[in-house]
Amino acid sequence: MADLSVKVCGTDFKNPIIPASGVFGYGREYEELFPLDKLGGIATKGTTLHLRTGNLAPRIAETPSGMLNSVGLQNPGIDHFIETELPYLLTKDLVVLANIAGSTPDECAEVAAKLEDTDVHMIELNISCPNVKQGGAAFGTSCEMAAEVTKRVRAVTKKPLVVKLSPNVTSIADIAKSVEAAGADAVSLINTLLGMRIDINTGRPVLRNNVGGMSGPAVFPIAVRMVWQVANAVNIPVIGMGGVSSGRDAIELMMAGASAVQVGAAIFTDPYAPVRIVEEMNDWLDSRGIKSVKEIIGTVKPW
Amino acid sequence: MKYTQGQYIITDKHAIAREIYSFTIACPEVAAAACPGQFVHIRAKGYTLRRPISICGIDKEKGTLRIVFEIRGEGTAEIAKLNKGDLIDMLAPLGHGFTVDSAFNKAVLIGGGIGTPPMLPLAKAYGEKAVVISGFRNASAVILQEDFRSTGAETILCTDDGSAGIHGFVTQPFTELAEKGGIDAVYACGPMPMLKGIAAICKEKGIYCEISLEERMACGIGACLGCACRTVRNDEEYFAHVCKDGPVFKAEEVLW
Repeated sequence: MADLSVKVCGTDFKNPIIPASGVFGYGREYEELFPLDKLGGIATKGTTLHLRTGNLAPRIAETPSGMLNSVGLQNPGIDHFIETELPYLLTKDLVVLANIAGSTPDECAEVAAKLEDTDVHMIELNISCPNVKQGGAAFGTSCEMAAEVTKRVRAVTKKPLVVKLSPNVTSIADIAKSVEAAGADAVSLINTLLGMRIDINTGRPVLRNNVGGMSGPAVFPIAVRMVWQVANAVNIPVIGMGGVSSGRDAIELMMAGASAVQVGAAIFTDPYAPVRIVEEMNDWLDSRGIKSVKEIIGTVKPW
Repeated sequence: MKYTQGQYIITDKHAIAREIYSFTIACPEVAAAACPGQFVHIRAKGYTLRRPISICGIDKEKGTLRIVFEIRGEGTAEIAKLNKGDLIDMLAPLGHGFTVDSAFNKAVLIGGGIGTPPMLPLAKAYGEKAVVISGFRNASAVILQEDFRSTGAETILCTDDGSAGIHGFVTQPFTELAEKGGIDAVYACGPMPMLKGIAAICKEKGIYCEISLEERMACGIGACLGCACRTVRNDEEYFAHVCKDGPVFKAEEVLW
């Protein structure tokens, strides 16, 4: 049995696997299948200051080895999260990353400020949602805006601040450096890639929002490349995600430089994916005689 | 709600119409928990998203479920390749099903095309108290009529082209039944225009009506919020989710 524990921004995770924000709600639906304690952490559904109803359906489309979504940050609002969902999650033995978003830097800061008096372990600031008209990815695609919103949130919180980055940019390493300079304690990447499908029989886009975020195994090589580039560009931890569907994928992303790994679309294919991935990582480490998963972080030997 | 995910043996498979298949699956714990109107979420090998398929039969004694589905695209074509003796990967039973009330003396069950299979467990529940109206494109697309008759229910068949049964849509015989009165509840599943038409008739006549909807779905259990459906609850507009709040909704709650 290998030691699977990792430490990110001073927070201990019993294993590096975290269901990604958006696929896992606030955990309750999956608890029917396995105890949440098996997970290293949970990144909760992106939560905004006020309730958001989200986009019209269809919000989901399948793609080769992946999918598109345009949910549009549907959520019950931060007050509901703090009163109803967070206290329950905090009774579980796992790290809770509260994923937050907003239409303006002010709104993001206001949401973060509301979490300051709670016992939530970490904040994951989403500056990369491709499915909302204001804020969202707009913050994540320029170094100045990314830095500005990070600075505003940093000013109101002492909690470990993870900034979730968009891959829909020319240089994700530059964005990562900007948010590091603005006070981020870690970065997580990649959010979904902007995509589109058209129903050729009707001439209409499959998604009612026309475009949506692409995820699933098809994006995994892009995630590996971006995690590697960012890990080489910053001195803060990187939480990797994007198409991870097996223990081998998780190991690969950690070799590229990730200190922990989020799992998204794979959960739709196999609801037990996060638990299976933890077991597969352990088996791989044991088979190599590697005592701790920490030993593999960033160990890729580039040519 | 109790659901599980696992691999279950297909004990029977046959084609019942062109590109429409019937599977019987041995899954005692799923059958024990399943209710009419719920669905199963099936993994299609090589595809990211599972396929939601309505439950067509629940045999709690034998511990089996029956599903009937049509090949609609690559995913369902992949599932249709499975054979008797193969394992099928299901997350089930899912969703909020139909309300079955023993106090109802007359229930009308309306199915359009591949919307007819979920009506079969309801027909079993209501037996002679049920009238089943089913509509299909043409005679070669007709399915499950013998199954419905064996429940003791009265059956009315319609086809769009008149090649079997009544020439026309299901709304035609339903309007006549509604005029006669005495209907305690209407249950419907099928294309949106059909559901909309039935809901309008029920609203006009003041008949209780439940409809089963479909939507593109990812998780199937209410976590990802992918399968949104506009509804009204307590006078407020509310984005419900077909997988968890539905697939069965009270017709009056749905915003068309």
